[in-house]
Amino acid sequence: MSEIVLFKHLIDPEVRNIENYIKLGGYEGLKKAFTMQPDDIIEEVKRSNLRGRGGAGFPTGLKWSFMPKGEGQKYFVCNADEGEPGTFKDRYIMSENPHQLIEGMVIGGYAMGATVGYIYIRGEFEFVAKILQKAIDEAYEKGFLGKNILNSGFDFDLYVHLGAGAYVCGEETGLINSLEGKPGQPRLKPPFPAQYGVFGKPTTVNNVETIACVPDIIKKGADWFLSIGPEKNNGTKIYAVSGHVNNPGVFELPMGTPLREIIYEHAGGIVGGKKLKAVIPGGSSAPVLGPEHLDIPMDFDSLKKVGSMLGSGAIIVMSEDTCMVEAFTRLAKFYAHESCGQCTPCREGTAWLYKILKRIEDREGKKGDIDLILDICGKIMGRTICPLGDAAVMCIKPAVERFRDEFEYHIEHKKCMVENKIPIF
Amino acid sequence: MALRFDENDVKKLEEIRAKYPNNQACTLPFLHYAQDKFGYVSMDVIKLVAQTLNLPVAHVLSVATFYTMYNKKPVGKYHLQVCTNISCSLLGARRLVDKLQELLGIKPGETTEDGMFTLTEVECLGSCGTAPVIQVNDKYFENLDEKKVEELIESLRKGELDV
Ligand SMILES: NC(=O)C1=CN([C@@H]2O[C@H](COP(=O)(O)OP(=O)(O)OC[C@H]3O[C@@H](n4cnc5c(N)ncnc54)[C@H](O)[C@@H]3O)[C@@H](O)[C@H]2O)C=CC1
Ligand SMILES: Cc1cc2nc3c(=O)[nH]c(=O)nc-3n(C[C@H](O)[C@H](O)[C@H](O)COP(=O)(O)O)c2cc1C
Ligand code: SF4
Ligand code: FES
Repeated sequence: MSEIVLFKHLIDPEVRNIENYIKLGGYEGLKKAFTMQPDDIIEEVKRSNLRGRGGAGFPTGLKWSFMPKGEGQKYFVCNADEGEPGTFKDRYIMSENPHQLIEGMVIGGYAMGATVGYIYIRGEFEFVAKILQKAIDEAYEKGFLGKNILNSGFDFDLYVHLGAGAYVCGEETGLINSLEGKPGQPRLKPPFPAQYGVFGKPTTVNNVETIACVPDIIKKGADWFLSIGPEKNNGTKIYAVSGHVNNPGVFELPMGTPLREIIYEHAGGIVGGKKLKAVIPGGSSAPVLGPEHLDIPMDFDSLKKVGSMLGSGAIIVMSEDTCMVEAFTRLAKFYAHESCGQCTPCREGTAWLYKILKRIEDREGKKGDIDLILDICGKIMGRTICPLGDAAVMCIKPAVERFRDEFEYHIEHKKCMVENKIPIF
Repeated sequence: MALRFDENDVKKLEEIRAKYPNNQACTLPFLHYAQDKFGYVSMDVIKLVAQTLNLPVAHVLSVATFYTMYNKKPVGKYHLQVCTNISCSLLGARRLVDKLQELLGIKPGETTEDGMFTLTEVECLGSCGTAPVIQVNDKYFENLDEKKVEELIESLRKGELDV
């Protein structure tokens, strides 16, 4: 079995309880952090090559270094919005091993000089938020949160904030607006949050999984983290596998584990021994791949090379019994529903993509519809405030290109190529 | 009758207020609190929250309408929210919706006449590895199929489940 960093509940199922977390070496990273200078902590995180697990893979240490030095209120915000279809990993860190996230928040706060932290968790996860709140209360009791933590002179308060159902609030500037009590519409970047973040103050936003990696990096050192996974893509990764597999679930594995191993060994292979038709490797916004990509190492750089992305590491598996028209029409509906409406190309474009795809799915497609879809995609890409519009294109365009024959068959023959499918609409 | 927060509510709301540097940031948590108390976010609830936070009604209204979790209409005692996004759909979410329509005699977006059930289709609930999933009020029911849905409705009707 490979190294366990984030899923310590696999070693001790009761690790969510603070006593057990401490027994497994928990809060040692924080103790060590207080013996270091804040800048040295940022340096250590930089050296570890930890990259953002929220999807974009931005180097975490570098992002922390953008925070201004000195006095003045600063904030450290954890992104627990987990809304990308196919993604269900942060949920388990928070419900099974919450103290590792809390410890990472305090270390990050100390390193960046932020004295207040918020965990922005999607509203539907209220049951997870309750577990998290209990862990936070325990940490306050034991003196890992609050005033003068472990006699270090550093104060840090941590609050849980519930979202209210809007995918776009996972985008960090949408999240910031939402945390400020406004509709969660994204802001233009720059300025980046480190310059102008929540309540107008310098802010860093990181994903749950990213932050939960930090305690062990500090405790065991960057070299240990560098020893796991391929160059520039270090550490472990939680892959969340769903769809047509025998054993769906979350698997913590070294970054760069081949897709084939994840699907066929850990997730138990395709249901009914069917053939693999399509796999989305990084949440719905990652360009779809086919069976010829099974030997790809699942890391940021390798997926980029084949024109897709690691994103949130959510692997959605579709067998030969899936109609691509139906599957991607459903995803187009999602993006159209979640567009916040600020940018015309995204608001109108996602609505049109869904409308045209739905008529193809309804056997009412017209000649030229496929080119029309590709044309609309070109008009959205790169012309919006946040990447939600781009995400819709990265989902739909590669699917239409790769499976063009299926879409054409629907239009020409007014029927579906796939028999024995489970209906989506 | 005008809605109001009682003494106990005021105490709870003050605890929430202490987490944030200003009143505006309390808009979402206060709306959540008010929805729990009053069942849904009516115009009166919006006015009450605005008044409590000393914010313009238009601001609270813009927030209440932006987010899908605030119910602008009354919902049934049990709000059945079926995820029909991709991973759930690949494993038969549509069949669950069909089954529920048959069992309850309502379409998505509707509430049964007795006020017991509201049926809604929702986007990914972050539970795709245990698909298909239905959220009932604050609870998730995972790994469902048509038979389990039938049992679920039966238990809810009998009041056997705490959700
Ligand atoms: N986990 C989930 O549920 C979801 C994840 N995503 C992922 O989100 C990704 C896109 O996220 P974005 O935040 O828009 O990507 P981005 O590349 O703009 O930013 C990534 C992070 O790096 C920082 N950053 C980037 N360039 C910077 C610069 N020049 N100076 C300072 N900071 C900089 C940003 O502030 C942000 O925190 C996609 O790759 C997608 O995979 C999308 C939807 C849902
Ligand atoms: C539409 C959209 C939704 C997003 N949703 C999430 C999310 O749910 N969780 C998350 O961590 N990042 C999400 N992101 C990415 C964040 O904007 C941001 O890059 C991330 O929180 C930074 O953390 P990291 O550097 O630790 O990855 C989303 C981005 C977009 C464009
Ligand atoms: S790209 Fe879409 S979701 Fe993002 S800000 Fe523009 S309209 Fe809103
Ligand atoms: S697709 Fe249904 S929970 Fe994610």
